[in-house]
Amino acid sequence: MNMVVCVKRVPDTAESEVHIDSTGKGIETGKLSFRMNDADNYAVEEAILIKEKIGGTVNVISIGDEKSDEQIRMALAKGGDEAIRITDPALAGSDGFALAKALAAAIKGMEYDLVLTGALADDDGCAVVGVALAELLGVPHAAYVKKVEVLEDGKKIKVGRELEGGLMEFLEMELPAVLTIQTGINEPRYASFKGIKAAAKKEIAVKSVADLGLDPSEVGEAGSWAVLESFTYPVVGEKAEILEGDPAETAAKLAAILKEKGLV
Amino acid sequence: MKDIFVLMEHRRGELRDVSLELLSGAAGLGGTVVAVLLGSGVDGFAEKAAGLADKVLYVDDPMFENYNAEAYQKALSAFIREHKPGLVLMGHTGHGVDLAPALAVELGAPLVTDITGLEMDGDKPKPTRQFYGGKLDAHMVLKDAELYILTVREATFQAAEPSKSGEVVKVANPVSEDISYRKFVEYVEPEVGEVDITQSALLVGVGRGIREDKNLPLLEELAKALGADLAASRAVVDAGWLPADRQVGISGKTVKPKLYLAVGISGAFQHVTGMKGSEFIVAINKDPDAPIFGIAQVGIVDDLLKVVPALTEKIKELKG
Repeated sequence: MNMVVCVKRVPDTAESEVHIDSTGKGIETGKLSFRMNDADNYAVEEAILIKEKIGGTVNVISIGDEKSDEQIRMALAKGGDEAIRITDPALAGSDGFALAKALAAAIKGMEYDLVLTGALADDDGCAVVGVALAELLGVPHAAYVKKVEVLEDGKKIKVGRELEGGLMEFLEMELPAVLTIQTGINEPRYASFKGIKAAAKKEIAVKSVADLGLDPSEVGEAGSWAVLESFTYPVVGEKAEILEGDPAETAAKLAAILKEKGLV
Repeated sequence: MKDIFVLMEHRRGELRDVSLELLSGAAGLGGTVVAVLLGSGVDGFAEKAAGLADKVLYVDDPMFENYNAEAYQKALSAFIREHKPGLVLMGHTGHGVDLAPALAVELGAPLVTDITGLEMDGDKPKPTRQFYGGKLDAHMVLKDAELYILTVREATFQAAEPSKSGEVVKVANPVSEDISYRKFVEYVEPEVGEVDITQSALLVGVGRGIREDKNLPLLEELAKALGADLAASRAVVDAGWLPADRQVGISGKTVKPKLYLAVGISGAFQHVTGMKGSEFIVAINKDPDAPIFGIAQVGIVDDLLKVVPALTEKIKELKG
């Protein structure tokens, strides 16, 4: 099974304050740490699990600047074989459609059975790239996949898609196909020391948009369906009453409120 | 203004709420609202849709008994080419997410997903959506086109009372070929665990802010002191720290306890959707701008590892 996994470097904002930068279209990243997009991490693990079970190759692709090598090497350290980084200033401002075009151009010439992406990105949360990529490649897809089983002949797979309320929808699909992988499908491993050392020596093929046979106008804002006009902070209605003080004081105040409400 | 197509979403014999929400939201946009219903023996859904739509395009065919991206895409693209609507709306759901990007690529139609607000500039939508788990709103400008597609977050619009009697037009299935490369097999319900958190009066919701599972006992002690059960965000379940039957949110359960104490939960809509109906919501989070403080009545902005043990002690004191 020849597999391609698409990974993205994203800022870790779940537990951090997010501030709009001076352009109004970006965020201040100075204080943020970066990591592999959560769902992509599960996609990498799923590809490696399939490779370990039935054999094959795992090709890692990322769109981003040289900092993305950190995430690419992590995927290689866990069991990826080869890697491509698509880097081009023309990609700035790309939406999911433009990113899918760049990925499709890179993947088109490869021999692949399965392409795995994350179900959605932690930054924009669009959930577009994987399914758009499948259509551009002209192969079937399934989104929000939380179970993958390669069927005996190796030409078909059975996948479970996670729907609302945790309901699973099972499908059988022909290969090649694109799956967008949902978090929780597996338990992503930690890279071994040996794996990290080996990955550090691997070459990452860097491609420009022109290298992929695309015109710069096909990506970036010009090649996107939609562009970001501006960020604003969400308007929140009545905000919570924030209890002031050190932990002992706030805990005491909260306990008193809970008692007053008859909840203790 | 051109017609607006609204895709009706149904599953296992139920028309999903988002369908009626979208028809209601579309009614305020200006164009003729056409409900597109692909199903098998679902005349009742057609009638329901007609109460909120100007017209219902209804294909009654066994091919559409269960959702299938391949069948839906073929049928929708055929209808869209024939009727040339200016806008297609569908839910940002497990179905919509699986369908919209492929349909948009096929038709060359600009798509914006998971929108939370919508204004129109003539035939052109001006959607708003969220970035960074709801920490920012993003205002999007679409490229000029003949057709736009939007997937809309559930509960963005409110379903109105039926006030129309749209014409139900039964049309032949435009898909003549077999559905070949993607076959529906079955639905499987999530496993039932030992505690049914939908029945719990008091819940302590645990989020990724607890950082490591070795901190979980702190939350267990708090829950025990309160007489509460533990609930979890998706991240905590994904990490294997709590079982899936404790998950609250879109992919998990919807809970309405007397108290929901959200600890280390930032408040992304996926979670909030499942607990916003709680009677009293308290949040403990170190990010003062975390969206959870927008729906909580009381909040503490601090390190939960310090606040939680102190709170457990105070609760124990009060209970004597």
